[in-house]
Amino acid sequence: MKNIPFLKGGVFMTNLENSTNYFHLNLWSGILFGLGLVAFFDEAVFHQLLHWHHFYDKSTTSLGLISDGLFHAFSWFATIGSLFMFANLRRKKSLYIKRWIGGVLLGAGLFQLYDGTVQHKWLKLHQIRYNVDILPYDLTWNITATIMTLIGFILIFKTRNRSGHFER
Amino acid sequence: MQYIYFNVFELFFILLILLFIGGYLIAAMNYKKGAWPKSRSILWIVGMLCILVSVIGPIAELSHHLFVFHMIMHLLLGMLAPFFIALSRPITLLLTSLKTQHARRVTRILRSAPVGLLTHPITTMLLNIGGLWVLYTSTVFNLIHESTFLLNLVHIHLFFSGFLFTTSIIAIEPFPHKFSFLFRSSIMIIALAGHDILSKLLFSNPLDSFGFDDVQFGAILMYYGGDLVDLLLITVLCYFWYKSANSNKTRAFI
Repeated sequence: MKNIPFLKGGVFMTNLENSTNYFHLNLWSGILFGLGLVAFFDEAVFHQLLHWHHFYDKSTTSLGLISDGLFHAFSWFATIGSLFMFANLRRKKSLYIKRWIGGVLLGAGLFQLYDGTVQHKWLKLHQIRYNVDILPYDLTWNITATIMTLIGFILIFKTRNRSGHFER
Repeated sequence: MQYIYFNVFELFFILLILLFIGGYLIAAMNYKKGAWPKSRSILWIVGMLCILVSVIGPIAELSHHLFVFHMIMHLLLGMLAPFFIALSRPITLLLTSLKTQHARRVTRILRSAPVGLLTHPITTMLLNIGGLWVLYTSTVFNLIHESTFLLNLVHIHLFFSGFLFTTSIIAIEPFPHKFSFLFRSSIMIIALAGHDILSKLLFSNPLDSFGFDDVQFGAILMYYGGDLVDLLLITVLCYFWYKSANSNKTRAFI
């Protein structure tokens, strides 16, 4: 039974259903890549280049440590996994780049907003910069995050129609 | 006297590693179904050399005095060596090189319930990351520096738990159970998170037997070094998924 292509994995899939799935995968691949991109940017620029962020802050709670560890691990995986998903979409000729970019902006914006509000403020994992007036930094951080999220939403809304996807 | 004892041990270990490399290469040359890929033999040799430099030589010597070298040793023995060795598929090679009746016996062992439990991704993650937590957050760490026997036991555990974890995650060896890509990825993420959280805990609660700055630097090395090796592991895991999703008929979602 398993050798019949349509019954592979025991699930019947028509071509139409499959192309719908690939259409949604554009969004997911983008969101995961955006999330990973922000996490990587945070690590490379703020931790390593500017040394604004600290490896460990004495005021960190254990909940904050767990949250940080899980998010770090997830974003690390998401960066790589989403790029393989991207390659898979290209290979299957199902890439819808505008929707993918919308996903990237949404993922990046939401993750930065989470980092700037929950992780920095509520869990007090670490601050953006130390020994300065933190308010302008926090405002810049969270406003950029909101703008990215909004543009992401607009792009995803504009590409919600699948027809454009196949007329390229 | 002690100097001579260590030399005998070192000599024995070098011979053992050479024996393993030689055995693998002979088995690879006699591979029946076409040519055994050269890349796998190279991976095996590199993995064995990682074990060698972490057990004897300057890194092993310094690891008794400096925590940073202790951590370099752990990265080599517990993460990098298992990664290379798992990719060289030693169990697959063993099964094809054995005579049929012996291969059947090995397959029967591989299919038995205890082995199935031991090679389950959740078990291997607990053995691997849980072992590290026990080592660094309890008195075990002080104990192993008093007894050579315990130290060797911890090193053996470190390597084998790393090997079992890597094989259960990338799933290229002929184990009977198959776990979905999504499940193995989730286990990988939890393991990486556990590793990162532990290294930050170690940074904030340094150990008594080493200097404060030394342990903090070691903890940072553990964090970024672990990330780097896991980056390789995740890439290989995703690459195998990418290759397996090649068919046009496979589902879009995993």
